[in-house]
Amino acid sequence: MSGVTRTPTHLTQGGATDAGIGASTLRPDGTLKVTGEFAYSSDLWHEDMLWGFTLRSTVAHAEIVSIDTSEALAQSGVYAVLTYDDLPTEVKNYGLEIQDTPVLAHGKVRHHGEPVALVAADHPETARRAAAKIKVEYAELPVVTDEASALAEGAPLVHENRDDHHISHVPHPNIVHRQPIVRGDAEAAARRADVIVTGEYVFGMQDQAFLGPESGLAVPAEDGGVDLYVATQWLHSDLRQIAPVLGLPEDKVRMTLSGVGGAFGGREDLSMQIHGCLLALRTGKPVKIVYNRFESFFGHVHRHPAKLWYEHGATKDGKLTHLKCRIVLDGGAYASASPAVVGNASSLSVGPYVVEDVDIEAIALYSNNPPCGAMRGFGAVQACFAYEAQMDKLAAKLGMDPVEFRQLNAMEQGTLLPTGQVVDSPAPVAELLRRVKAMPLPPENQWETTEGADVRALPGGLSNTTHGEDVVRGIGYAVGIKNVGFSEGFDDYSTARVRMEVVGGVPVATVHTAMAEVGQGGVTVHAQIARTELGVEQVTIHPADTRVGSAGSTSASRQTYVTGGAVKNTCEHVREQVLELGRRKFGTYHPAWATAELLLEGGKVVTDGGEVLADVADVLEDEAIDLELEWRHRPTEPFDLRTGQGNGHVQYSFAAHRAVVEVDTALGLVKVVELACAQDVGKALNPLSVVGQIQGGTTQGLGVAVMEEIIVDPKTAKVRNPSFTDYLIPTILDTPTIPVDVLELADEHAPYGLRGIGEAPTLSSTPAVLAAIRNATGLELNRTPVRPEHLTGT
Amino acid sequence: MDFLRPGSWEEALAAKAEHPTAVPIAGGTDVMVEINFDHRRPEYLLDLNRVDDLREWEVGEETVRLGASVPYTQIMENLRAELPGLALASHTVASPQIRNRGGVGGNLGTASPAGDAHPALLASGGEVEAESVRGRRMIPIDAFYLGVKRNALEPDELIRAVHLPKADGPQQFSKVGTRNAMVIAVCAFGLALHPRTRTVRTGIGSAAPTPVRAKAAEEFLTAALEEGGFWESGRPIPPSVAKQFAELATGACNPIDDVRGSAKYRRHAVGIMARRTLGWTWESYRGNERSDRCA
Repeated sequence: MSGVTRTPTHLTQGGATDAGIGASTLRPDGTLKVTGEFAYSSDLWHEDMLWGFTLRSTVAHAEIVSIDTSEALAQSGVYAVLTYDDLPTEVKNYGLEIQDTPVLAHGKVRHHGEPVALVAADHPETARRAAAKIKVEYAELPVVTDEASALAEGAPLVHENRDDHHISHVPHPNIVHRQPIVRGDAEAAARRADVIVTGEYVFGMQDQAFLGPESGLAVPAEDGGVDLYVATQWLHSDLRQIAPVLGLPEDKVRMTLSGVGGAFGGREDLSMQIHGCLLALRTGKPVKIVYNRFESFFGHVHRHPAKLWYEHGATKDGKLTHLKCRIVLDGGAYASASPAVVGNASSLSVGPYVVEDVDIEAIALYSNNPPCGAMRGFGAVQACFAYEAQMDKLAAKLGMDPVEFRQLNAMEQGTLLPTGQVVDSPAPVAELLRRVKAMPLPPENQWETTEGADVRALPGGLSNTTHGEDVVRGIGYAVGIKNVGFSEGFDDYSTARVRMEVVGGVPVATVHTAMAEVGQGGVTVHAQIARTELGVEQVTIHPADTRVGSAGSTSASRQTYVTGGAVKNTCEHVREQVLELGRRKFGTYHPAWATAELLLEGGKVVTDGGEVLADVADVLEDEAIDLELEWRHRPTEPFDLRTGQGNGHVQYSFAAHRAVVEVDTALGLVKVVELACAQDVGKALNPLSVVGQIQGGTTQGLGVAVMEEIIVDPKTAKVRNPSFTDYLIPTILDTPTIPVDVLELADEHAPYGLRGIGEAPTLSSTPAVLAAIRNATGLELNRTPVRPEHLTGT
Repeated sequence: MDFLRPGSWEEALAAKAEHPTAVPIAGGTDVMVEINFDHRRPEYLLDLNRVDDLREWEVGEETVRLGASVPYTQIMENLRAELPGLALASHTVASPQIRNRGGVGGNLGTASPAGDAHPALLASGGEVEAESVRGRRMIPIDAFYLGVKRNALEPDELIRAVHLPKADGPQQFSKVGTRNAMVIAVCAFGLALHPRTRTVRTGIGSAAPTPVRAKAAEEFLTAALEEGGFWESGRPIPPSVAKQFAELATGACNPIDDVRGSAKYRRHAVGIMARRTLGWTWESYRGNERSDRCA
């Protein structure tokens, strides 16, 4: 790799051996990121490299009548212009589950911003200008934008000739997947209800808004293969989709994770990977592609917008009788993760409550809206928004306290879910609610100072819209349930390679996995696990690449559980081999070698009674123990396609929030004053990182409560706000105090008893904020995000 | 694209005369966004950063001469007493980093209805000092905004400074955005009391094709204050007067529906801001200025 001046580097972390699990060791990449020295994928560089640019459709649904690339090709500095006709093999589509996404559009575009052609040039601006010279003639087609237009008689089919494995059980070809869940008799149970509440809820399209845009560098290799450096969430999933399109065996596409600036689900699907490789292989030169923010909004899938119809009943003493619900997720033009999102939305639609009689249906549509897929919370977010609004409505109708009503119906260990699965580890839903409610409330009127109003503490902030006029406080609660890990029978394994050797007289460990560090802190936790299991101080984290087996995706709150579990498992085997070597060398010197439980601590072999038997350095000498092993959590099952029954999930994660907001009721502006969170994490491997994850997830939930939404024109299906000028995410002034109460109730099925944590706080944050705004204003508010117009009737 | 880097004001004027399509750039707040998003491909960029005196200001007897490139941060920190409305508006511009670079000249050059400085400039009153190789002229701020992103500059003219009267009474600025910082205005309102002339002036942002004054509201309030003897008595303004003022401010709006907000909301919000800023400025006038005068 001569010439590459900026590529991923090893991260070596020192630390005392007590910097094992449970310690708040600092992230090795933390200071680099804060000071701007960390090399992100957009910083990749290779001498003599070309720049790739993607021409995207300017309309949402159209036949491509013609593409004329001649002027672009004629421009000086241009090395290649590729269209569908240039794809090298018969494999021209890709996709996470359903291979329905064209690498480059063929005959038709199905959404605004779909890739149509590629340009490689010696300067990014040259590539951009050349792309502007490509003449694409479109014949526009009517657009499918919602359920009504998707299922109308004679509706245009977004995908004709579907042959995927869902087509046989969906009621219409514009439905990607449908998952009903039926248990008990909801009709009969409804007749027992003393009160029934219904609601129709709308969840807007949220963007992951990761700060590092899609980018990567593809370098053609002498063996005809390609080396790809890229920011992604799952290297091996990318590899499985890339190699067939290139016509290369997987071992000729060598992938290395580059610096990732956030993901949140938005990097599960491919972006520039195949495009960069195609251009590199065509031109024989390294090709870099970096999206700008505008293109990034078209370069990844978003959170499914949803419409949700809910009906709950309850007896007058506050027990839920039944749930009927229907969830319609808009998957946009391509399937992406829609089937799995449907599975989550349906199976978690009941929330963390005991409801025995249910009639549930979730579907995802194909439409000409932007493709939607994975985002933090993954189907459970939309459902939580709706069922938590329902809980407040029911409590109000029954004249009960909303927290007590929830506690009365809260699930617990042993609860039977609507899928027939039993919750077989702690589910402290009532306790989490008790904890957030017990936290002290923030003082009233915090904006009042001796020098007048501090506008930073008021709705509108520095924009100076109120000095306290019309400001009303509201308080709201919510709790949610999220599955951890990949569900529905997926073989959700991970691989870890661990090497232990003596360097400079001390034992050191190297951990090599393909885990994508996207900011979640896996590189910190892996070193902690190695220290705990192997008793070393120094751990080197090898760059993640495809030279080691798959680690699965950095999503579904699963990496610490699954790849953390894999690192633990491999370390245990390495330790066993070290001890075996020790027994062979020194076993005759001390009987404890044969009889005692032996551990590695502080670079020594010790008995469980603390007696030192040998230095690890003396055991290993010049030998290295080097193992690569796969590890699996317990298997899951698919949901029955008619009844939704099945042990579909691995583990559940719970968080509860209390939101305190202040609303300027005249201007409809909201200041979230505090978002208190209580979450059960099983075991906090790194307490500092745990709190960071909870605060980050909470803030992302706040964003979609009060500001974040991709606005798609319902007539044209075009995106209207693809920029950070008009797609707003919370600033630090919008981010409230977030007190966090961490509960650690071990899950005996999981490594160290841990529970995946990254997503649960994103679920309950949004409905808690909405509940607080409803509490302040008395308005019904069935839609998120809430805009000033909704609060002022304008 | 050619990049012109004049070393002095005279060179800048000469360059602009030679290349009238040249786009001046100082802080780059608007220009760089337009270039990055490919909304604009200027043939020439005219970099004014080497013209040092554009970053200077002078506080005179009656007026402040504010160089076109004086960054918003400087206005906030140094001109709060002389230009309180503009200082408040400056505080709402983007982020600290951008406030360290951007200045009023850029807002005026772009003449976007959403520019944060405009309502404060209109409420304060003042003149834009424009110059070309043909000479210098003063354009009253009221005559500066001609249309959506169109101003009264000739193709060969550059903005050198704005001349603003030193505040002779309380001024306020208020802006609605859907985030508590770093946000483009959904709509904005500026109000200045001018006790010396016993007048009030206003400015509305993002609620019409150009920044506008709510003239009917100003005239109504000026008359009401005069007729009721409020300037002398300092009595509280009756709610009915405040309400009428707010309604007339709403009436001055001619907004559109867009991704940032609905036209209906903009009208509504301008009315609320008009009422509140009137309350704040009048309280301030009653409290500070009159007690100063009595002391």
